[in-house]
Amino acid sequence: MQERAKALFMPRQDLIGFAVLALILIVILPLILDVFRLNLVGKYLTYSFVALGLVLCWGYGGILSLGQGLFFGLGGYCMAMFLKLEASDPVSTKIQSTPGIPDFMDWNQITAIPWWWQPFNSLTLSLIAVVLVPTLFAFIISVAMFKRRVGGVYFAIITQALAAILTILIIGQQGYTGGVNGITDLRTLLGWDIRSDNAKLVLYFVNCILLFGCLLIAQFIRKNKLGRILVAMRDREERVRFSGYDVANFKIFVFCLAAAISSVGGAMFTLQVGFMSPSFVGIVPSIEMVIFCAVGGRLSILGAVYGSLLVNWAKTSFSESFPELWLFAMGALFIGVVMAFPNGLASLFLRYIEPYLPAWYHGKAKPVQPAEVVEKAPLTSTDTQPETATSKSTEKQSDETVPVNSLEGGVYVD
Amino acid sequence: MFDEYTMSELTSILAMQGFAGLILFSVLVLMALGLAIIFGQMGVINMAHGEFMILGAYVTYLTAKLFETYLPSLFDGYFFVAMGLAFLASFALGVLVEWCMIRFLFKRPLDTLLATWGLSLILQQLYRTIFGAREVGVTLPDWMMGSYPLSETIEVPINGIFVMVLTLFISLCVYLLMFRSRWGKQVRAVVLNRPMAGAVGINTEKIDRYTFGIGCGVAGVAGSAFTMIGSTGPTSGQLYIVDTFLVVVFGGAQSLLGTIASAFTISQSQSTLEFFLSGSMAKVITLLLVVGILMLRPQGLFALKIRH
Repeated sequence: MQERAKALFMPRQDLIGFAVLALILIVILPLILDVFRLNLVGKYLTYSFVALGLVLCWGYGGILSLGQGLFFGLGGYCMAMFLKLEASDPVSTKIQSTPGIPDFMDWNQITAIPWWWQPFNSLTLSLIAVVLVPTLFAFIISVAMFKRRVGGVYFAIITQALAAILTILIIGQQGYTGGVNGITDLRTLLGWDIRSDNAKLVLYFVNCILLFGCLLIAQFIRKNKLGRILVAMRDREERVRFSGYDVANFKIFVFCLAAAISSVGGAMFTLQVGFMSPSFVGIVPSIEMVIFCAVGGRLSILGAVYGSLLVNWAKTSFSESFPELWLFAMGALFIGVVMAFPNGLASLFLRYIEPYLPAWYHGKAKPVQPAEVVEKAPLTSTDTQPETATSKSTEKQSDETVPVNSLEGGVYVD
Repeated sequence: MFDEYTMSELTSILAMQGFAGLILFSVLVLMALGLAIIFGQMGVINMAHGEFMILGAYVTYLTAKLFETYLPSLFDGYFFVAMGLAFLASFALGVLVEWCMIRFLFKRPLDTLLATWGLSLILQQLYRTIFGAREVGVTLPDWMMGSYPLSETIEVPINGIFVMVLTLFISLCVYLLMFRSRWGKQVRAVVLNRPMAGAVGINTEKIDRYTFGIGCGVAGVAGSAFTMIGSTGPTSGQLYIVDTFLVVVFGGAQSLLGTIASAFTISQSQSTLEFFLSGSMAKVITLLLVVGILMLRPQGLFALKIRH
């Protein structure tokens, strides 16, 4: 019985997928890249937290949020506030008119640290805040929206507006947030210099471990009853509601989870890159994060990682050599992915590569009891399945992801 | 905070800020009208709407340059030519985009959103390559310069009045087109029931294409009007897109009157708050209020009561 549960949680194909990803991230990349490039990869990986959240929230739950930068940024800012307070001790800031406060506060004639900065003196409280503040935000937003059955396009527009609001607020309140430059010049974490090569290496591995933690959570949800309810809710919301599930609660849960995962990414971003600014909060980065998820495949949790690595790698190398062309390429990527490959790289893998993989990848033909097949087949068909036949049905499913009348369905008009 | 002003000063301030708000209102209405057609009627999210507007603005800029160099005698009237050209350019681009892209995505509104965002990136870079990253402004003809004194302390700029009259005119045209013409009736029929509309002989694909085109064309006219009051850069459109979507959603997506009312509310509250607070805080408070009201009343201010 326990073995069956194990097999369900991590089928052979997924296990191989996880192992390959772990091999690439933890062994191959650190061996072939120098610390600077590895740090860049680490930065890209922090985006894949957001993309992973979007896979759960958008791919599985059908909730498109265009404001994930909000949570990424909040997580990052919580971390940055702690680091900034540590970096601005009275000794190193003695040239300021008020020593002991962050430099941008001093520039803006603020003489004392505001009360809501106080908790960030403690690392424990800051780490709690990194996850809690964005999740709380997500909770408030999603309760207000989903309990009133606002969804679909309207939700996307409102989350976008919220991301815009936070950006304007951060830029406007320069004295408290560092304004458009953000919180910069972060040096140490509990006395440990985060700018040294050694620290960058350690942070990269911490980042990888956290990412795998989040991937395992996502895998758990995906293979659980919860994941199936999410998919059902995405495809036929009314039916799930009439089956007795409180749809709003599931949506709230998955949205908050996506926010929490994104916030971890944000905090790791601050640690690895050494600053946080509003340019990672607003509408443009938020929508870019959606494209990372879409390129990897909105239904594939591992695809989210590959997608963000690939797009960001392309972005860096393009903008290094042809800065003019990058926006064209990005725009074409958006259009191409949506029109030609709605399920991203993952669908290409499923259709063209997986069938040709050797038999050990697919595992032995499972001696499954017929009853189990009947019970499980319709439910798991939307998950990524090994056979080619189902990869077609996956695509068909995504065409139906948004029913024809969902615009009207998005807002409940009584 | 009101202590340092006398009563008459306060009235003038409110009037002047109100007028500034009216200009913002005009821009929002002009942009939102196109979006109300595309989003409200067709249900397509066009994130590239701002770029269609900027296309109109650049066309106006080019026309102004052309008149300045070759037809200086007719310069006073160039704006009307420019407006027509702006409409045509945006309309043509809109029809093209619908034909290449949008028609494949009708059943997936969230995906249209991403695809049109991609389009907006491409257009932005295109503008940057052609016109440069710096903002450009048009020369106003003489009759549009200056201001009209309403009382001793209140003055209203003439270009502002012109833009407002234009807004009224275009709103009226859109109203007549959508609700009083045969074509508008066909559009609404297609929106309500596509198969049935097709069954009674309406060419739904053609209607879709021209609806999208006209929505984009109105955006182009908005861009043309926008040059009267501000300068144009490759990313100017993106600044307004969120506001415009909020205007349309806040007004109730299918109601034209709602769109205008919500544009009025948003622009007035923002410009009035702007005087007493900093610009960014005014915007934050306005947007938060709108989002808050939308949470309480998700169907918008003026929702049509229709059965789905």
